[in-house]
Amino acid sequence: MSDIIKTSDFDMEFRDEVFKEPDADKITLCFNCTGCTSGCPMAELEPEYNIRKFLRMANLGMKDALLNSPYLWYCTTCYKCQERCPQGVKNVDTLLKIRTIAIQNGIMHDNHRKVSQLVIKLGHAVPINDEAKEKRKDVGLDDTPPTVHKFEDALGEVQKLLKITGFDKLVVDKEETS
Amino acid sequence: MSKLSFFLGCIAPNRYPGIEAATIKTLEKLGIELVDLKGASCCPAPGVFRSFDKITWLSLASRNVTLSEEMGLDILTVCNGCFGSLVDANNIMKEDPKLKEEVNKILKEIGHEFKGTIEVRHIIEYLSQEVGVEKIKAAVTIPMDLNIALHYGCHLVKPSKERHLGSTENPRFFDELVEATGATSVDYEDKMACCGAGGGARTAVLDTSLQMVMNKLEHMKAAGVDCIIDACPFCHLQFDVGQTEIKKKFNKVYDIPVVHYSQLLGLAMGLPLSELGINQNLIVNEEFNKKIERIRGGANE
Repeated sequence: MSDIIKTSDFDMEFRDEVFKEPDADKITLCFNCTGCTSGCPMAELEPEYNIRKFLRMANLGMKDALLNSPYLWYCTTCYKCQERCPQGVKNVDTLLKIRTIAIQNGIMHDNHRKVSQLVIKLGHAVPINDEAKEKRKDVGLDDTPPTVHKFEDALGEVQKLLKITGFDKLVVDKEETS
Repeated sequence: MSKLSFFLGCIAPNRYPGIEAATIKTLEKLGIELVDLKGASCCPAPGVFRSFDKITWLSLASRNVTLSEEMGLDILTVCNGCFGSLVDANNIMKEDPKLKEEVNKILKEIGHEFKGTIEVRHIIEYLSQEVGVEKIKAAVTIPMDLNIALHYGCHLVKPSKERHLGSTENPRFFDELVEATGATSVDYEDKMACCGAGGGARTAVLDTSLQMVMNKLEHMKAAGVDCIIDACPFCHLQFDVGQTEIKKKFNKVYDIPVVHYSQLLGLAMGLPLSELGINQNLIVNEEFNKKIERIRGGANE
């Protein structure tokens, strides 16, 4: 039997927040054809990951249930569902907006936090290491790529940008925020 | 000679530099000069950054675009993820004056301004549309008689509204480029399926992400291919590192070599194997290497 959904749990301010993403309000056009979920490669592996259900929940304002679902982070953004939707629903773009609201509510995977911190520190999500430097030399390249890795001023620009947008505070270690 | 700036991203230069080297050398042979995009950063990784904070994602991507605008050159990427981030950001900035103003306020503080004067290109669609199959065929000196499993990857063709590359479920343009090298693009089940790495899934839920790539590897293996051809270092990593992780976690062995299209082109143009970095992968398949040697004869040295 399904869990009972209480209308008292609906948070319309949350729905309004989701709808700030351009065209996110198109989720109201969904007529449950299930084209999105039936083609979803993640739903095939993990039935709990159900994009149609998630967007329906967003439309009902089911903020807590949605933001706390671990499956919010299973989408690989392959865009197959968005391509197939006959109603022009922006499935993936809307899901990313829901994720943003989860992040603003302090819900974040530790590994995502670490990747973000690497970009703040080094300007790359996957930075250079000694093994890669050797590999670069072996194929005839300079051991350091001509990116922020080589130009300190450029790294400074990236770090300043991430400070201005507040990204550095957003992904700071949990202990430091409390 | 055409000229573009070369946006490296993270995984090509810092994990699979053979892709970077092969791209520079093969495009030079096709009359395309790639100029360093000095001081570029992570695109940034769309799965995490676009999920976390749209303005941060848009600003950092736009900074990368402005570096190339300042040189008056279009950008070339060899990665679907970078392509997705940079094209989407470039389009949003060109089409949304409000966001452009907001982002430009941020960029001004670090000495840049987004003007909207350039395009972002991916090596595969660029070769297909600007160079053409015939010119590539003419540059091939050793037809690579291989049976390959082609992996387009998602963000090369989707969202189609931003990419304009035709069918997303049955595209042909990449297959044609593969066939120009003398290889055969073998049909396999769910060919257009995702590798499972994107959207931050590989980082957040590795085991499930690996199960998705395992589905693809099963289908490729069933088709009996010599190797995988991809056009994205992140898909490349998912296939290559993924196979070693799958061996450890699920005790399944595939042993399918993973080759970026630029590296296949390098093989077909007779470039030395050592400069292409194919054997810097974690998956090194001796049978594949012998086949390459048989096809290429002395060119391997």
